[in-house]
Amino acid sequence: MAEKVLMKGNEAIGEAAIQAGCQCFFGYPITPQTEVAAYMSRRMPKIGRVFLQAESEVAAINMVYGAAGSGVRVMTSSSSPGVSLKQEGISYIAGAELPCVIINIVRGGPGLGGIQPAQSDYFQATKGGGHGDYRLVVYAPSSVQEMVDLIQDAFDVADIYRNPVMVMGDGMLGQMMEPVEFKEREAKQLPSKADWAATGLHGRKEHHVINSLFLQPEELEKHNEKLQKKYAEIEKNEVKYEMYNCDGDLDIVLVSYGTVSRICKNVIKMLAKEGLKVGLIRPITLWPFPKKAFEEVVDRTKYGFLSVELSCGQMVEDIELSVKGRKPVNFFGRSGGMVPSPTEIANKVKEIAGGAR
Amino acid sequence: MAVVFEPTKGLLDVPTHYCPGCTHGIIHRLVAESLEELGVIDKTIGVAPVGCSVLAYNYFACDMHEAAHGRAPAVATGIKRSLPDSVVFTYQGDGDLAAIGTAEIVHAAARGEKITTIFVNNCIYGMTGGQMAPTTLPGQVTETSPYGRDVKLQGHPIRVSEMLSTLDGAVYVERVSVDSVANVLKAKKAIKKAFELQIEGKGFTFVEVLSICPTNWGLSPRESIKWLQDNMIPYYPLGVKKDITQQEVK
Repeated sequence: MAEKVLMKGNEAIGEAAIQAGCQCFFGYPITPQTEVAAYMSRRMPKIGRVFLQAESEVAAINMVYGAAGSGVRVMTSSSSPGVSLKQEGISYIAGAELPCVIINIVRGGPGLGGIQPAQSDYFQATKGGGHGDYRLVVYAPSSVQEMVDLIQDAFDVADIYRNPVMVMGDGMLGQMMEPVEFKEREAKQLPSKADWAATGLHGRKEHHVINSLFLQPEELEKHNEKLQKKYAEIEKNEVKYEMYNCDGDLDIVLVSYGTVSRICKNVIKMLAKEGLKVGLIRPITLWPFPKKAFEEVVDRTKYGFLSVELSCGQMVEDIELSVKGRKPVNFFGRSGGMVPSPTEIANKVKEIAGGAR
Repeated sequence: MAVVFEPTKGLLDVPTHYCPGCTHGIIHRLVAESLEELGVIDKTIGVAPVGCSVLAYNYFACDMHEAAHGRAPAVATGIKRSLPDSVVFTYQGDGDLAAIGTAEIVHAAARGEKITTIFVNNCIYGMTGGQMAPTTLPGQVTETSPYGRDVKLQGHPIRVSEMLSTLDGAVYVERVSVDSVANVLKAKKAIKKAFELQIEGKGFTFVEVLSICPTNWGLSPRESIKWLQDNMIPYYPLGVKKDITQQEVK
């Protein structure tokens, strides 16, 4: 059993990646995730691995593409405006079916926005971001410990499906310190990269080509169908979520992820004292979205659902697609780096439930 | 019977898509021969660009990556840093390298990445049908400079080799041409030397190859060669722009 250490979220990200066998890290400074790069710059050379500060986020993600195509575990990290710049590369990586891990410590947008915590990159992360028919697996941890665990999962899932995986934390998670344990993990049986990685022939007969170009429409359609099949597998196997206080008859179910979900748990305790039975669905994978969690509670939830976000309702449509019009879906959010107080959220719940009983 | 010429093992035995008269075929061959003669095909990884040579990954026999437009030096950096014992090259045109990929090539050179870049300069965007490139000469007519490139409006061409030779990380920079047999042989020598210095771990090596584009210049191959000699070579003088092995001798 490893011991617990007190660590800043961004530094824990770096250590988790190292423990997961990340061989190369390519980064670029941007608040509020710069400590990831700083940590990697200290640690990676000491253990014979690669840290490189790129000339831009665009270059960093293309370095990731090169390293991933070479068959090594690789990660990059950035924050919202920087992740926008990475989208071109992410699309190529998805198209070429390469495994890698991308960290987004989200800050408020749009544009240069601000540097305080936000969740306003939900659409970008879950609906595409770059061009073409592709998907990212998107993990949304709510604590430093969960972030560490999910980063280690992320490398495995990326390798299993040959797909980029994003771990999305809000700025709060990157900046706060929490006790964290780097658990010893049993070695997973992972697919070999030898049949596709471009490592140099070394006696191999057929050359390997890392590529996302298919000029013949028939071939590109076939490739897209193959990707869609893979995404269907991911939707079947990799959904993660937590249901909190969701037993029995419910007045309202909150839907929230990341650090805000922790505020929601406090709200639930507050409202219980006032006689309101409130549950929480906490998506841990934002894509694939945990649709089935809604099936479990939709018939037992009197007033419907409330999406609580650090964005302007970006998760609402995924909730609506899961609820399928059977109950109302409401929204409460703050944005721009503002974080709601438990009272604000509680008041919204009471408003929906028709005032305090 | 003595064999006087045979295919290089560095290229696959497949037809290419290049236009009649295009010099990409010659340049591919020079790269492939160099890799074969140095005995490194087995541990070489090439990076193809976006542009006319986008399909180069179908022609080179070594492992290949296809990069996004301009990003080949960053992709090559990721490869070389992951597999430091490999030989890594990028093959890029002037639109790819000198416009959208300027940051990537400058910083790969500045870092002294141990990669080799083959830069094919034909003063035009070929693949998209002949638009003005950063290397298009003053007065040159292209699809997007129909009145001739006016440097007051469209700026000046970039001499990439001269620019990169100012960077400490670049150890060998030469501009060559494939307009004559003599120059093809010089080009081969330069390309081979660039790979040798990479293998020795010296740093970033760069060979600019002046090339023709009969299709988009609207000239016959023979006229194109003359146009290169009369117009390109005066603006883009051939020769070694930087060679640390020579400096060491001094």
